[in-house]
Amino acid sequence: MNAETKNVLLGPIHLKNPITLHVLGICSALAVTANLETAFVMSGALTFVLVGSNFVISLLRNKIPGSIRVITQLTIIASLVIVTDQLLKAYLFDVSKQLSVFVGLIVTNCIVMGRAEAFAMGNPPGKSALDGLGNSIGYAVILIIVAFFRELLGSGKLMGAQVLGDWYEPNGLMVMSPGAFFLVGLIIWAQRSFSQELNENE
Amino acid sequence: MELINIFIQSAFIENMALAFFLGMCSFLAVSKKVETAVGLGAAVVFVLGITTPLNNLIYENLLREGGLSWLLGAEKAAEINLEFLVVIAFIATIAATVQIVEMAIDKFSPALYGALGVFLPLIAVNCAILGGSLFMVQREYNIAESTVFGLGAGFGFMLAIVALAAIREKMKYSNVPASLRGLGITFITTGLMAMGFIIFGGIKL
Repeated sequence: MNAETKNVLLGPIHLKNPITLHVLGICSALAVTANLETAFVMSGALTFVLVGSNFVISLLRNKIPGSIRVITQLTIIASLVIVTDQLLKAYLFDVSKQLSVFVGLIVTNCIVMGRAEAFAMGNPPGKSALDGLGNSIGYAVILIIVAFFRELLGSGKLMGAQVLGDWYEPNGLMVMSPGAFFLVGLIIWAQRSFSQELNENE
Repeated sequence: MELINIFIQSAFIENMALAFFLGMCSFLAVSKKVETAVGLGAAVVFVLGITTPLNNLIYENLLREGGLSWLLGAEKAAEINLEFLVVIAFIATIAATVQIVEMAIDKFSPALYGALGVFLPLIAVNCAILGGSLFMVQREYNIAESTVFGLGAGFGFMLAIVALAAIREKMKYSNVPASLRGLGITFITTGLMAMGFIIFGGIKL
């Protein structure tokens, strides 16, 4: 793996993480993390859509007229999301019920649009697909960390199985929305303390 | 009475930003100044108030199972179910509406247009807008209910973003740990606001 490929694939995991640094795709990242299972399914769905959309948009990048590019991109992304949604409904109906509107909302997930605009419009298909994969991994890592703590502290379970004994009093706040905000805030704090160069000067 | 209930529920109890995390990207990015936050909030109220009932009409008359009966007659229409197209149909409506709003603001209030800058086109991909329409389908609202729902949800979003912007303006004077500055402390503030909004839970008229 040469340095450039490595940078495209692994950069988004830490130093260019879409969620904690570029503030993209926060909505779904917070909403589906009340338990680990939905977080995994959501990460899979996003990976499919992001890699697919980056690849297709990159293939068409020289054909799309600048003035209507947003709607073209949206159409491609929406079609991929429809496919994902129908697949989930067919094979993972319970999870798809839990995810409710959030699968459809991948269309408006800023990561997908953001990468299409920032990367796929200017790079060849192979590299764009790789960029999509890298960003999906960066997204999935945060999702899984947040979901791990929310499910563990919020209900004492992991993947639906009880792991903490009777001594543990579940903290209901973690399952509700404030818990998600606090966790992401703390993750950002930890990440930036680790790599000081990411600090913002407001 | 039912309509007032929907308004209160969508604005406070099930606040788009604080309870469902919708529209978070712009919520965090445009909340540095109260002035721009008011502008974005107003734009969201307006766009949600228009697109939710509009999408309701499209859903009821075109996409729903049997929805085409006004065109094909009840028997033929019963065989057609275009529900899988909701996402693409809604996003197209929203993108078109946003384009119109953008041109209108550009014409009537160049100052506001300048302030909102790049964030106006982003309303098209603001999850709160599409989320509003998708919730409308899920909860089976009719046209009046979905109008009220759209306006209420938009109002709730505006309330939350203006409050956050005001807090962030004050926060400039506090000594926040270096690594927490910017995004980190904003998340924690939002978490505290969300906790505050939980007290509205259970209110019913």
